[in-house]
Amino acid sequence: MDKGFTPRITALLCQWCSYTGADLAGTSRLQYPTSIIAMKVMCSSRVDPVLLLKAYLSGSGGVLLAGCHPGDCHYEVGNYHTRRRFAILKAIFDTLGLESARLKLSWISASEGPKFAQVANEYTDEIKKMGENPSKKKMFL
Amino acid sequence: MGSKSKSVVVVGAGIAGIQASLDLAELGVEVHLIEDTPTIGGRMPQLDKTFPTNDCSMCILAPKMSECARHARITIHINSSLDAISGEPGDFRCTITERAKYVDPVKCVACGLCEEKCPVKVDDVFDTGLRKRKAISRYFLQSIPAEYTIDKDNCLFFTRGVCKMCEKVCPADAINYEDQDRQLELSAGAIILATGIDPFNPIGFGNFGYHRFANVVTSLEFERILSASGPLGGHVVRASDSKEPKSIAFIQCVGSRDESIGKNYCSSACCMFTIKQAIIAKEHMKDLEPTVFYMDIRAFGKDFDKYYEKAEKKYGVVFTRSKVADIDELPGGNLRLRYTEENGDIKYGEFDMVILAIGLEAREGNRVLSEELDIKLNEFDFYRSDAFGPLESTREGVFVCGAANGPKDIPESVVSASGAVASAAKYLKLERQDIASEDEGAAELDVTGDRPRVGVFVCHCGINIAGVVDVKNVAEYAATLSNVEHSEDVMYACSTDCLETIKKRIEEHGLNRVIVAACTPRTHEPLFRETIAEAGLNPYLCEMANIRDQCSWAHMEEPELATAKSRDLVEMTVAKARQLSSLERLPIDIDPRALVIGGGLSGMTAALSLAEAGHEVFLVEKEKDLGGNMRDIFFNFDKADPQAFLAETIARVEENENIRVFMAGRIDGITGYVGNFETTISGGGNGDAEKVKHGVVIVATGGEEHKTEEYLYGRSSRIVSLVEFEKMLKTGNFPAGRIRNVVIVQCVGSREEGRMYCSRVCCTKAVKNALELKKAKPGADVYFAYRDIRTYGFREKYYTELRDTGAVFLRYTPETKPVVNMVDETNPDSRLKVTAFDPILEKEVEITADLLVLSAAIDPPEGNVRLAKMLKVPLNSDGMFLEAHVKLRPVDFATDGIFVCGLAHSPKDMDESLAQAKAAASRALTFLNKKAILAEGTIARVREDRCSGCAYCESICAYAAIEVDPEKEVAVVNEALCKGCGACVASCRCGALDLLGFSNEQLFSAFDSLEMVITDGGAD
Repeated sequence: MDKGFTPRITALLCQWCSYTGADLAGTSRLQYPTSIIAMKVMCSSRVDPVLLLKAYLSGSGGVLLAGCHPGDCHYEVGNYHTRRRFAILKAIFDTLGLESARLKLSWISASEGPKFAQVANEYTDEIKKMGENPSKKKMFL
Repeated sequence: MGSKSKSVVVVGAGIAGIQASLDLAELGVEVHLIEDTPTIGGRMPQLDKTFPTNDCSMCILAPKMSECARHARITIHINSSLDAISGEPGDFRCTITERAKYVDPVKCVACGLCEEKCPVKVDDVFDTGLRKRKAISRYFLQSIPAEYTIDKDNCLFFTRGVCKMCEKVCPADAINYEDQDRQLELSAGAIILATGIDPFNPIGFGNFGYHRFANVVTSLEFERILSASGPLGGHVVRASDSKEPKSIAFIQCVGSRDESIGKNYCSSACCMFTIKQAIIAKEHMKDLEPTVFYMDIRAFGKDFDKYYEKAEKKYGVVFTRSKVADIDELPGGNLRLRYTEENGDIKYGEFDMVILAIGLEAREGNRVLSEELDIKLNEFDFYRSDAFGPLESTREGVFVCGAANGPKDIPESVVSASGAVASAAKYLKLERQDIASEDEGAAELDVTGDRPRVGVFVCHCGINIAGVVDVKNVAEYAATLSNVEHSEDVMYACSTDCLETIKKRIEEHGLNRVIVAACTPRTHEPLFRETIAEAGLNPYLCEMANIRDQCSWAHMEEPELATAKSRDLVEMTVAKARQLSSLERLPIDIDPRALVIGGGLSGMTAALSLAEAGHEVFLVEKEKDLGGNMRDIFFNFDKADPQAFLAETIARVEENENIRVFMAGRIDGITGYVGNFETTISGGGNGDAEKVKHGVVIVATGGEEHKTEEYLYGRSSRIVSLVEFEKMLKTGNFPAGRIRNVVIVQCVGSREEGRMYCSRVCCTKAVKNALELKKAKPGADVYFAYRDIRTYGFREKYYTELRDTGAVFLRYTPETKPVVNMVDETNPDSRLKVTAFDPILEKEVEITADLLVLSAAIDPPEGNVRLAKMLKVPLNSDGMFLEAHVKLRPVDFATDGIFVCGLAHSPKDMDESLAQAKAAASRALTFLNKKAILAEGTIARVREDRCSGCAYCESICAYAAIEVDPEKEVAVVNEALCKGCGACVASCRCGALDLLGFSNEQLFSAFDSLEMVITDGGAD
């Protein structure tokens, strides 16, 4: 592992639950590494697997997708679609020999500031252990 | 009553006055907002955080202040007072005095040079005297309007005729020493008083040494100390030696619940205020030991008890039930408290700092104003209103809201403000408005095909961002990015003057994309979008970079990395912004009818408010009678008889031609969206299901008394619930024989595992019924087993009255609940043996009870779960409906067009339900009074050339908003139904779908802009 290596974790957060939870982590002054950078989407179900693949191929150390807990989706059932698509994408990654551990799906509600901070901290540690995402160097897309 | 008007005068521009003004303006009414101080905002800007969510007070208020200032139908009169009214309701003439400001508001550019150069320092009132300001100043940094005013009493020119420094330095030639007070005559259909409260002044009060001992401060002063934008920058240090305190004592009820100073009422908010401060202080200083000295903890509001529990269990705040006798200052500045514990023991405690939780008292000006306006005050100098007219003053056409008629917290103030608007509506000419009359802004520029010209504004947010992130560096970096034409750092991006700056820069630099790097877009994006729209840009050409909530606050210990991340966030946002395009907001027609679910007091009141404003209402009641829980309420502290009021309300509902009641009705399904709901109702007399169309929904499903299994309930006829007790008092059907010992047990089912909330009304109701019992059976002895007595507000005096009758109060804890046994196990009318622990005597007492009354909790009705699913709105963990924002949107849901009131929201008293029902009606009217509103632009878009018509998206969409056109064989989006979630976009096999505002192109660009390894090396 590179000394002082900090990976970038690209996060796609649904605006109703997980983005709000991430805000709450800040409001509560819970600290987590700057490696994680979030983009707001309307719903986790907006996130086409292609977007996750793109983030991975762009060299993200980790790609985090987070939405409302199953059953709590602001759009009723969006996160069920997300859950299914994510499972399939993971399987595809494994089949192709890509590192599926660089993809993470998490359910973080609007009141779960501490959970967001915890996920950010733990996932950063995990990715640090994995080292740099080699895909950007290997691939020419 | 004949005349009606199109304008209203609102007095007081705190949160209540602001909310009332905004609601009125949305109804199409002209509002004159009269404010005594030089800014709108009231007390909220002084607060650091708000309970129980720890939201930053100014952050949630600022958008409302800006909205108020920008609204075309609201005229703000600062430095002004209402002096007299004449005329009749519907046609009042109001005399307003605008005091001289000596600075021309039109010319002043709020540059601050005058304040810098002014030689006179005076105590800063806003910062409770903890900081100095100048004799010419702005009230606080985000004040609205952003004007400077001269404090005449301290200005050297006005006091000694010298100086004139401000005039010399003012670049805008705005200083005018000749300025005169002006009188205005305004006409108004109704007047709303939202004059608020004064904080209790504890100088010389008790033996607490306030102003004598440096380290004794009031709760309001402590709030400024805690505030990041306060005089100490949020670093809690004590005045005597600038050291961080290790222990803090909070003393409750300073200036409240105290007959000796004529304040036999509870200030309602201070317990929660203190709990919040203890939590926040503990977050600032991990090893701090906060102790609260209190009589009863009154955490009676929604989700308050959980907050109290969190303070005690998670934050380790120590709560000591005691009475503080006096405070001594020790050498070195520490303070020694002498206090009496519950059992009478005298104890001492040493603390580094003491906070006095000061009460809320009537405004000093109430006496004068009430005489001028010829309206009456109550015994505590608050405006008088009664239980069945909680928003009405004693003069017709004059309404009261906020804390003007009694202490209230923020959400209650907001509720009463919206409610007062619904009450005032009767004197107003209301017409349904077209969209055209809404938007009188500049014509929108077409930026299609133009090269992106991005403007970046990086906000300091006081020290919230700038204290961690190098804001200037971020702004400089942004300037180097391609397509960025302009970049600057600003103190508060959301302040009115900065919004003006943004508009000016758009014009100067021909910007066609605007990025604000500040707080979270969830709260502030609407504000900035509106701002750029005012400058002629499509609102969707604005994006925010969240460098506060998700950066400076989350990376406080790593300023360099936080700055680097801010740069990345800005760069990512610029990358996305390059790809933004103008989005169209299509009109959605609004059906003028309303559905009200629940025919209790709340539902009927809401229905009447809407019906009287001219809207047809479908009122669905699941029972065979109207009235709900109120049918079981027979007594009230005010003279008015609840049953008479209920009968009158039912009669008004039944007689109103606009209201159609579905008795024994059941909601089978609700479809649609704001303005266009369709509901299937079965029952309603004829047995057939019927479909009705309506524009809004008001949920007023009420609550139910908890059916307890504790304390042998059901085993003896001598054990009754609180509701049954009230019926017994009404009918006189007491159990046979002697009724001498009556034991009342509070919190049966409330405030414990599974129901971690206070049912709010039971303390007052039990006190009321105990007093009734004393009337019916003067010889009866009342034993009152309780955990905390929560007779908040003016209810306190009835508690005192009950104490004075000699009632015995036995406090218990969840561990020392009273134990009930049957005297005769086999007898269904058996007397009860109640064993309770008396903490005053410190021993168990045994009472043979002739009657045992159980104050059972209020449960949400079971049907809430089903209804919530149908409406797609959330419930909280207790099964009560969860509003959009607990502080500032207390009757709205996050979903437009659906509102909540009464017990469906949380347990509350009759007056509170009335106010909330009117508030829900008022919020609903802001939609119903428009013929159409504009839909969101963020919707799915189909590229027909790519679509194969497979209809997979049809099966994905939860709203039936996308369908394949059978003729064209391509998918078509219904713009009004589409919620913009994007689920279909990700499902499309042909890549024919995209989500406007979150397109693949935009998100791809954002990813591409990111550095994927942070090469600082210092993160480990």
